[in-house]
Amino acid sequence: MSEPGNDCHGTTATRRPPRGPGRRLIAIAGNPNTGKTTLFNRLTGANARVGNYPGITVERTLGQLTLEAETFDVLDIPGTYSLVSRSPEEQIAIDALLGRHGHPRPDLVVLVLDATNLGRNLYMVLQVLEFGLPLILALNMMDAAGAAGLHIDVGALERRLGIPVVPTTASKAHGLDALRTQIADALDDDPLYPPPGWRWTPTPALEADLATLVPHLGTERPDDLGPDATRAVALWALMSIDADDELEGVPAGLRLAVLDRLRRARETGRDPDAEAVSARYAWIDKLVAEVLHRDPPPGRSWTERLDAVLIHPVAGFAVFLALMFVVFQALFAWSDPAITAIEALFAATGEALRGTLTPGMTADFLVDGLIGGVGSVIVFLPQIVLLFLFIGLLEDSGYMARAAFLMDRVMNKVGLHGRAFVPLLSGFACAVPAIMATRTMERRRDRFLTMMVVPLTTCSARLPVYTLIIGSLFPAGDVFGLPVAGLLMIAMYLFGTLMALIAAAVIGRTVLKGPRVPLLMELPPYRAPDPRSVARLLLGRVRTFLTEAGTVILACSIVLWGLLYFPRESSEAAVVEARIAALPAEDAPDADPEARAALEAELAGARLRNSLGGRLGRLIEPAIEPLGFDWKIGVGLVGAFAAREVFVSTLGVVYGVGGDVDEESATLRERMRAEHHADGRPVYSPLAGLSLLVFFALAAQCMSTLAAVKRETRSWRWPSFVFGYMTALAWGASFLVWQVGRALGY
Amino acid sequence: MPARTIAELSPSESGIVTRIGGERAFRRRLMELGLVPGTPVVLCQVAPLGDPLELEVRGCRLSIRRRDASAVSLSA
Repeated sequence: MSEPGNDCHGTTATRRPPRGPGRRLIAIAGNPNTGKTTLFNRLTGANARVGNYPGITVERTLGQLTLEAETFDVLDIPGTYSLVSRSPEEQIAIDALLGRHGHPRPDLVVLVLDATNLGRNLYMVLQVLEFGLPLILALNMMDAAGAAGLHIDVGALERRLGIPVVPTTASKAHGLDALRTQIADALDDDPLYPPPGWRWTPTPALEADLATLVPHLGTERPDDLGPDATRAVALWALMSIDADDELEGVPAGLRLAVLDRLRRARETGRDPDAEAVSARYAWIDKLVAEVLHRDPPPGRSWTERLDAVLIHPVAGFAVFLALMFVVFQALFAWSDPAITAIEALFAATGEALRGTLTPGMTADFLVDGLIGGVGSVIVFLPQIVLLFLFIGLLEDSGYMARAAFLMDRVMNKVGLHGRAFVPLLSGFACAVPAIMATRTMERRRDRFLTMMVVPLTTCSARLPVYTLIIGSLFPAGDVFGLPVAGLLMIAMYLFGTLMALIAAAVIGRTVLKGPRVPLLMELPPYRAPDPRSVARLLLGRVRTFLTEAGTVILACSIVLWGLLYFPRESSEAAVVEARIAALPAEDAPDADPEARAALEAELAGARLRNSLGGRLGRLIEPAIEPLGFDWKIGVGLVGAFAAREVFVSTLGVVYGVGGDVDEESATLRERMRAEHHADGRPVYSPLAGLSLLVFFALAAQCMSTLAAVKRETRSWRWPSFVFGYMTALAWGASFLVWQVGRALGY
Repeated sequence: MPARTIAELSPSESGIVTRIGGERAFRRRLMELGLVPGTPVVLCQVAPLGDPLELEVRGCRLSIRRRDASAVSLSA
């Protein structure tokens, strides 16, 4: 594209891209915890769209702002401390600011700074200035700075930086009019402040590094931004590129050139990273000394006082456990009325629709396949809403970082991030919201490892299955004065938790093996959560769940419905149909509704046993026979793929006692105890029950979980891995239980 | 007095950073958060289970693990 060494770009020419027909773009960027999202929400109102950057799980939030009759797009760039990046997720910020790799170039950048933390926030300001991008600063959280006794000379800051600085307190809507005025002025064709460029001078050695890299920039060269920006991109490349980075779109020649410069620097004992960072901070320290005046500290801050309790060895864990109990209780119990209502609503809608249709395949498809399938998606919403409400509050208040601080030691033992605790805990209610919650972790590996093991925690859908098996097959006595059923239930919870931790340790050392990742986490000051930001997070999560995971779940539900529905005709079903036909008519005086209901349940069983799913149960019988299961249990396992608790009703249908049974049903329990193998052995011995319990604890019997993993990892590879390893684990463990138990004579 | 590392500080003790070791990405991130040589650092507290540590650097609180903290040398 460009000639090597050609730096002859005019610096005085306008750096603004030509005004196209589309809307002009304002990018809002800044460090995490600066109130950036609050400010974005205040500027754009409620009309933002949340989408995703292609290929990665970073949300792209775009809103609109109208100033002086012109409407602008406003992009909320993910919070970051630096534009230097190593992963595709980190790379979004620089790519979106520079308008490269498919991103549109912003016409103006608004950087949001935390006024209570001026020095560190100015670091990114210098980086953005180096690229020559038109920039204004929103010096946010001025109220907190005032309360902390910090006085900032905004005029001096503007003069030294050479760009407009607007003091704001976004949470109270202070300073927004002034900010809008500055934005409008900066977007004028003749702005008051032209981009000032580099504020510091690199050492000669560092300058030599940059000069060497410039000819290799290739497609990365920002030709329209001028030579300052070209050197800035060279510096970005020097600091970002590494032997093991995951950056995308870096020309191979540039990568080689950077690695060569780094090697040379090492040989001469230089550290270019330290040279650049130290020089920037030296400039910043001088500036801060001029513009910032600090009253003597007014005593301990709120954050210090709260931390004295919330990170206290005793009180801290007590508060943590209490908060986690509330989250768990909300997901497990508070969500229940809404879940029941949704299920009832969809059942009633289905039946109302069925009443208007002629009985047959179309009616069954619409009611059971389609409406039932949509219901199976919607039913996740109460738990998703509650979980993200709590996550939003915990994140926004600053508590989540403390929770991670408290738990890091424990979680790190098995290779998990401290922030993996909340997703893992949520997994005890349901793996689907838990997998969505892994986004609170920055690093891909931390997220993926958590997603791989969350499905092993004992979700609430396993409870009906456990209750049925334990209630049917184990004596209702006491052991050491404690009820057997309760002890077994607790044992299953412990077993699931233990297996999840072991799986994390093993997968983290094998499949997701990576370099040890050091923890480097800010403990931000506590702040009152911003309701708008929490609401926006909630709506964004609900929307992505419905449009992405939801569509996969719906499709799978319909396929599964078809598997258990077709074909309708079989010789076994025909026999039962003939017996039903032989009954007296329903309105006849000698009608026998009980006999009819019994035969209809039998017909449903005959149809299910002969459906594709039923045949699949027979097909997998050789595979599950060594676990102590027969093909009818196999049909139950196929049905349970829709959701684990469906195992109960599927068994009800298979055994011809009807699909309306629940886990407490005496009829179903009797029927199970009466079930015998051809050789007269009971199918459901306590040992077989134990084997089935273990299987359900470990198997990935849930298409919704797999759909959620697919959605969060953006690939079929990881859901396939989850399904594969959990099925293998479940099979192996149940095999051991059954075979060892049999050998011991049970 | 021999050079100490952050991991050897007692709670509410402070020191001046002289050298940062460890893996490049960690070192760079730590410096970009303001922990460059010459910066004072305070060990605020240690997590109840003994790890990680909470530091104060330039008025902001960072958490790093003991093992990584031992790569940051301080002048006495």
